[in-house]
Amino acid sequence: MRLKVNGEEIDTAAATLLQLLQEKEIKPERVAVEVNLKVLKRVDFARRRLHEGDIVEIVNFVGGGSHG
Amino acid sequence: MDDALVIKGIEFKSRLWIGTGKYKDFAETVKAVEASGADVVTVSVRRVNITDRKSENLLDYIDPKKYKILPNTAGCYTVDDALRYSRLAREAGVSDMIKLEVIGDERTLFPDTIGLLQATEILAKEGFIVFPYTNDDPIMARRLEDAGAAAVMPLGAPIGSGLGLRNPYNIKIILEASKVPVLVDAGVGTASDATIAMELGCDAVLINTAIAAAKDPLTMAAAMKHAVIAGRLAYKAGRMGRKLYATSSSPLEGMI
Repeated sequence: MRLKVNGEEIDTAAATLLQLLQEKEIKPERVAVEVNLKVLKRVDFARRRLHEGDIVEIVNFVGGGSHG
Repeated sequence: MDDALVIKGIEFKSRLWIGTGKYKDFAETVKAVEASGADVVTVSVRRVNITDRKSENLLDYIDPKKYKILPNTAGCYTVDDALRYSRLAREAGVSDMIKLEVIGDERTLFPDTIGLLQATEILAKEGFIVFPYTNDDPIMARRLEDAGAAAVMPLGAPIGSGLGLRNPYNIKIILEASKVPVLVDAGVGTASDATIAMELGCDAVLINTAIAAAKDPLTMAAAMKHAVIAGRLAYKAGRMGRKLYATSSSPLEGMI
């Protein structure tokens, strides 16, 4: 299945969002995720099934005070 | 002396809030935060690097149990983006607080206050504790307060400029009128700038570049800690009046 994750086209065998995070070795408790512009709750990661062409954004916190 | 800053029931131990951008690495960031005595650190929301999983997570260094994490919407130029980043930040699960930035211009990084006001109203209704980064306009500060801001964060000068408080009189007017806490965000360049903000009566200051871009960030972090404490104490003590002519400190009685 092809997805767009953080702006990159990827191929994945993951059926759910949680499986996608595991495939990418990303700890679910450190990130927030949006699928097709909808922000998901962490408890829903395991339930959220992925579909061909889904646009996924996975974010975390980085150093920053103010822009620039 | 109990002089804690309390906002929406949250007690803040330090009146110095710290940004975590522009440091050499996470290790230096942590040392600077520790030297500053801050308990609030602001962080930005960005994409996880999905190809290089060796990249580290800031929260592995700055423990959310030890520090209050204040996510920000730095880099957002529209209301929609600011809302999107805020909601993602909340789902990351460390805080309902958001340092809300809706930037209006790349060169000055001045806030787009019309967008800021809209976003503040929406997020406050969604239960966020909103800290809007605004300009030093007393009318906009009042509008933000009316829209549900938990505090207002007027700039002292443009972000990263280090110019100090360019319009302390406006900050004073904001302070006189505001029923919510007022924090100076942006513009502090060195310790005396932070002290001036606190002497005016500001509830706290948020500093990033002045520490991160100092030749010795850790020493500057310590300087800022003392500067904020000194300014707060001077404000509480109440300064003497200014006089044009001298007044002798020594008694005239007993002179020969």
